Amino acid sequence: MDIQILYKSGLIIVILLLSLVIAMYATLAERKIAGFFQDRLGPNRAGIFGLLQPVADGVKLFFKEEFMPATADKFLYVLGPSLTMLIALLGSAVIPWGNTLVIGNNVFPLQVADVNIGVLYVFAVTSIGVYGIMIGGWSSNNKYALMGAVRAASQMISYELAMGMALIAIVMMSGSLSLHDIVAQQHGIHWNVWYQPIGFFVFVICAFAETNRTPFDLPECDSELIGGYHTEYSSMKLGFYLFSEYINMFISSAMIASLYFGGYNFPFLHELGMSHNWLTIVGTFVLFAKIGFFMFLFMWVRWTLPRFRYDQLMRFGWKVLLPLAIVNIVATGVIYELFKK
Amino acid sequence: METISVTSDYIPILIQIVVALSFVVVVMLVSHFIITKRRRVRSIKKEDNFECGIEIEGNARFPFSVKYFLIAILFVLFDVEVIFFYPWAVNFKESGWSGLLYMLLFVALFMFGFYYIYKKGSFDWNKDEE
Amino acid sequence: MFQVYLFLFLSCVALFSAMMVLLSKKPIHSVLYLTLTFFALAGHYILLNAQFLAVVHVIVYAGAIMVLFLFTVMLLNLNKEGQFPKTTLVKIIAAIAGGLLFVVLIGSLKSFDLATVSNPAVSQIGLVKNLGKTLFSQYLLPFELSSILFLSAMVGAVMLGKKDKE
Repeated sequence: MDIQILYKSGLIIVILLLSLVIAMYATLAERKIAGFFQDRLGPNRAGIFGLLQPVADGVKLFFKEEFMPATADKFLYVLGPSLTMLIALLGSAVIPWGNTLVIGNNVFPLQVADVNIGVLYVFAVTSIGVYGIMIGGWSSNNKYALMGAVRAASQMISYELAMGMALIAIVMMSGSLSLHDIVAQQHGIHWNVWYQPIGFFVFVICAFAETNRTPFDLPECDSELIGGYHTEYSSMKLGFYLFSEYINMFISSAMIASLYFGGYNFPFLHELGMSHNWLTIVGTFVLFAKIGFFMFLFMWVRWTLPRFRYDQLMRFGWKVLLPLAIVNIVATGVIYELFKK
Repeated sequence: METISVTSDYIPILIQIVVALSFVVVVMLVSHFIITKRRRVRSIKKEDNFECGIEIEGNARFPFSVKYFLIAILFVLFDVEVIFFYPWAVNFKESGWSGLLYMLLFVALFMFGFYYIYKKGSFDWNKDEE
Repeated sequence: MFQVYLFLFLSCVALFSAMMVLLSKKPIHSVLYLTLTFFALAGHYILLNAQFLAVVHVIVYAGAIMVLFLFTVMLLNLNKEGQFPKTTLVKIIAAIAGGLLFVVLIGSLKSFDLATVSNPAVSQIGLVKNLGKTLFSQYLLPFELSSILFLSAMVGAVMLGKKDKE
């Protein structure tokens, strides 16, 4: 038992560090991709290919002067970004990063916590993600920040519903809320995306809205709200807000990959003739390749699509995605009952 | 399939919360007390809220559109409905047609309410000023 | 043993934040302390192995209802002082109402049978699968009726939104 707890603690630290590093390099990748899409170079001065750029950005944020508006609510002003970062770091707990490693008599699952309610845990973490943005926007006592915060909250809660509905269809297929079971059932090429194309579509769009990414970046749209909810933030507090967006993107990509694209599974897994541990390691790399693809998708969409208008956003969320997700549930139920053996 | 789930499954999550919390607290403290503290220059004008460079008019404690509240109330209702789906979805494969029909009845009433809200125009954000 | 410490810690957090809900000067702080109370209660549910209830508690109370509260508090025009009258009469009425609630709680606690499951941490009744089975057999009718309750709540919400416009 003790060795397991020690192992889990190590795994948690490794995964948290990994998500921080991936988020750091996602900022660089985003700027490089933006450069590519706009036919320019992107950052290339710090280090080879600009590889030290994220480090430089981090150091810059650390050494920036700390600013706090005189009329701000001091405690909540600090609480807002801290909460956003904390919640962003909690999401990775239930995602299975790979199968198990067997060393001697000990079995080490590459998952922090295989809880019975894994899917709902992610749903819960998403649903409390609203707080950091709302607290930050309200406490800085700035009109733009308040508008950004209220928009963000409304948008996130609206798209959360459709996301929850899309997840239900997955749960119906798998009969379990544990992410480990859901991934394990998608062995070979039996990925959920073939059985749940509508659910996948709804889930991806909601993931974009939950992470406040373009085309859903109205909370921080710089052309009308300056910086949205983080208008008044500087130094590491701003850094937390910007950074948690990339961590959320990473977690969302990992969720999409595990729920719909088989997680660490890949076709012809067992025909390679490798030992169990090697298969696990290859599976983990496959999972990270899938995550990388979805993170690229996030960036691709950002530099391709324009921003929604607010009424379009709300109309799309409530009038299109929500009914679509409900129809998907009913259709899944009826089709399953009709065609089961 | 029937594995036993116990409270101790959650110990790793507890550890993760502690690790994440300590990361956030340490970074905040280091950035506040060690690095940026010395550099903070304060003045009344500087610590005003940003308002595109013009004089500040009032503050950000004003009421905003009631539409946002309506969305929040509807969200609470729909969220509870979504939660009701989960225990059903987990048992879906065993319950057969009868389970599906029970849920269809629930969904039908749910969709009726949705249709009512739809018709009343609560989701139309650009039509409230007539 | 570890669970006992955790229980004590969570209870302290719950009691402290519940006290702070009442003692905070700013309404928005009260709302946030109430959210913290809900998280502590969710921790208690986990200790009782009521996993589904714990996560639903977080999703519905902390994630939905408290967001609504936060919206409401933000709508209040907090520039004006003395929006909430604190006359002696109000205080006396509040004390009587609160006292009655206290008596009811004590009464219900006295009739409560403490001989429950010996080790709640391994009881499987709170898992989502077992809960679903019970909900869709024993409590099917209340479940279907709850949808009518939702319907009326939706109508009420829409009416509330309409009324404010005039």
